[in-house]
Amino acid sequence: MSAPHIPILRQGRVHRSLDVQTVPKLGTDEAAAEISFACADMIKYDLHKMGQAREALKKFSCEELVAITKRAGEIFLHDDLPVGTEGAMQSPEEYVLALASTSGLPHALIRMNMKRLGGVFADIDLIFRGLSRGLDWAVLDKGYGEQSGAPVSFSATTNELAVILPSNSPAVNALWIPAIAMKVPVLLKPGREEPWTPWRIIQAFLKAGCPPEAFSLYPTQHDGSGAIIRRAGRVMLFGDDSTVKQYENDERIEVHGTGYSKFLIGEDEIENWEKYIDTLVESVSANSGRSCICTSTIVVPKYGDEIARAVARRLAEIKPLAQDDPEAKLSGFANPMFAEWINEAVEQGLRSDGARDATAEFREGERFQTRDGMNYLQPTLIRVDSFDEELAIREFLFPFASVVECPQAEMLGKIGFSLVVTAVTRDREWIEQLFDCPDIDRLNIGNVPTNRIKWDQPHEGNLFEFLYTRRSFQIAEIA
Amino acid sequence: MTADEAKAQLDERVREMMTWHFSEETGCPFWLDWKKSVGWDPREEVKSYDDIVKFPHFQDEWLRDEKNERFVPNAYKGRPFNVFETGGTTGLPKQRVGWEDYKHDYEQFSEQLSDEYFPKGGNWIMVGPTGPRRLRLAVEHLANFRGGSCYHVDLDPRWVKKLILRKELDQVERYQAHVMEQAVEIIKHRDISCIFTTPKLLASIGERISIAGHGIKGCFCGGTSMTPEYVRFLQEEVLEGKALFVPTYGNTLMGLAVSLPEELKENDYSVTYYAPQPRAVLRIVDPEKTEITKDYGEYGRVELTTLSHEFFMPRFLERDEAIRRKPHPKYAWDGVGDVRPFGALTSKVIEGVY
Repeated sequence: MSAPHIPILRQGRVHRSLDVQTVPKLGTDEAAAEISFACADMIKYDLHKMGQAREALKKFSCEELVAITKRAGEIFLHDDLPVGTEGAMQSPEEYVLALASTSGLPHALIRMNMKRLGGVFADIDLIFRGLSRGLDWAVLDKGYGEQSGAPVSFSATTNELAVILPSNSPAVNALWIPAIAMKVPVLLKPGREEPWTPWRIIQAFLKAGCPPEAFSLYPTQHDGSGAIIRRAGRVMLFGDDSTVKQYENDERIEVHGTGYSKFLIGEDEIENWEKYIDTLVESVSANSGRSCICTSTIVVPKYGDEIARAVARRLAEIKPLAQDDPEAKLSGFANPMFAEWINEAVEQGLRSDGARDATAEFREGERFQTRDGMNYLQPTLIRVDSFDEELAIREFLFPFASVVECPQAEMLGKIGFSLVVTAVTRDREWIEQLFDCPDIDRLNIGNVPTNRIKWDQPHEGNLFEFLYTRRSFQIAEIA
Repeated sequence: MTADEAKAQLDERVREMMTWHFSEETGCPFWLDWKKSVGWDPREEVKSYDDIVKFPHFQDEWLRDEKNERFVPNAYKGRPFNVFETGGTTGLPKQRVGWEDYKHDYEQFSEQLSDEYFPKGGNWIMVGPTGPRRLRLAVEHLANFRGGSCYHVDLDPRWVKKLILRKELDQVERYQAHVMEQAVEIIKHRDISCIFTTPKLLASIGERISIAGHGIKGCFCGGTSMTPEYVRFLQEEVLEGKALFVPTYGNTLMGLAVSLPEELKENDYSVTYYAPQPRAVLRIVDPEKTEITKDYGEYGRVELTTLSHEFFMPRFLERDEAIRRKPHPKYAWDGVGDVRPFGALTSKVIEGVY
């Protein structure tokens, strides 16, 4: 089969661009896909018309859209769906192969991400209710109603949710899927190496009966992304700390940045540290360590060396394997330079006397590896002497974490912003302090891996509150 | 005209220009001094366009570092000159002196315009960089030459470049909106048939009003590179397929290279430009060995030679690259296609700011 052509979707309408770029299969010159690129001004034009897309979605009730989303989930997981413009169909297994060929992700990881996305589709009713705090969906259909006996009305803040998607993590598509049930059309800019997942999700929604106007897909260059970011009513994007800083005062923009997620063990549980090694290994290495919800710093009151050795020994078992090996858990880098840059950053931090690579004695070979034409970084656990070390609080796109000792009483003052914190403790007083800590976005108490999250609670912002604002209203009899 | 006839015409022009620019009576101090410094006489050595490679590349810094008077041909001595500027974000910009060239260039260009889409007697609007630019006078002359008047809305690209360098993109949008408001008001309330503007400004106007719906029939566009997809977008969506989109390639140093607007669609909106030979010549050269002309269909750097009585500029390397295209029945010399910033695939260039 020739490489499929992924077109631009303009409110569901297929547009084949004259600006076509090829995405190769990693490590080869063979084309995996041809992609139509949109010019920035076209996107600006189309943004003016997004009100029509929202009107198309508003013809459905939220309940109908929830049902469509649930159906779409089954279709996404199990059905053959169109891929490209030439009428070709793609099975779920072909989707796995296509995504693996351009992203470097192992098949097993892609299947895990599929399952995760399937869960978001399937739980859309719970997620919608959770994010809207139990709102009767009829309120959005009618425009007003009651919630817990109080009058409520919500108006949409935007005609579109624009998402600038990354190339390295298909699961992030979970963030926008609920927008459809909330009657807000999506405008997606796929990552260069990952058009597959947003495309397949859109096709699943269409087959499930969603109006095509609800979906716009614009592969585009930097200027196109810039146009989306500056013009769209609500924008979700992914970036580093500088990106977060750039948009921190723009209410239209929600930046999903580095998570600096942490795993804390309390003084009351530290003698039982061996019981938590499995959870620590999963927290650091799940999804090849690429998620902002993966643990990047482990904070313990004592036994730092022992815990570092135990976790490092287990992490070192995760090796670069063939992409189709069912045991493969480590992802290669689609951009080969990334692996070199990251490795250099780790080595730079290790030049300090206060940082040691605990994985070095267990792993085979160097951290940087090549296999099947791709660059890999083997999991790395760094034992650091204090939070002042360069590598104490760092996050990289591979399984990486530090272990630092710190008295429990000082932990919350030192951890800084943390998207997820798992705290293993039964200490009531400390638990209260943890709940009161403004630096923690998501909190798990007990033996919960940081990467296991529930979508019915806000994740880096509440999607419903991002897309809707509550308005005051009164309705009186007309004289 | 056949390709052979075009070549003969160009060679004749080269000989005429060598005589003009390197004779004491007509040449300018800059080139006469240059001739003395190199120890050879172009009148003897440069007998055809093929010999032009005997000259080094013209350095546009000379247009900033040398006094303008040194570029005044002795034949024009005593005649006040126009000063036209190019580029320049900070410091002294590059300047070119001129007298009648812009009129010749734009009168020649006028002959290429369709009377259906650029009606004689129709009024024009120019939205873009005016100020010290040749374009300001040239577009107005074009309008006047075709029997109409010209409205102007200014945009200062140097300020826009500074804003972009400072990453003040909101300011860029606000400034663009300020320019657009003025343009839209004029288009809405005056009888305008033709517009000159840049691609991005055209799209920006089209976001606000229906350009064709307000009586504009023809759009003469220049200023930045355009991908075929962008050209199609401008013709089919911004101009709604009703007004004619006429892309041009040019600058203060050359004049105007024209395209084949009526053939855009059949060429999948890939634009090929033809220089106003024999007054100016475009050559696609190997960037590493610029004396070598690239083969047809290959990308190379754009080299410009200007051969007018007012201004001689051999082998200036433009900051663009393009595909060398074959002559066309209408223009019997090489064309340059799909122009884009030089090194576009390997480096970041601030281009197309307005």
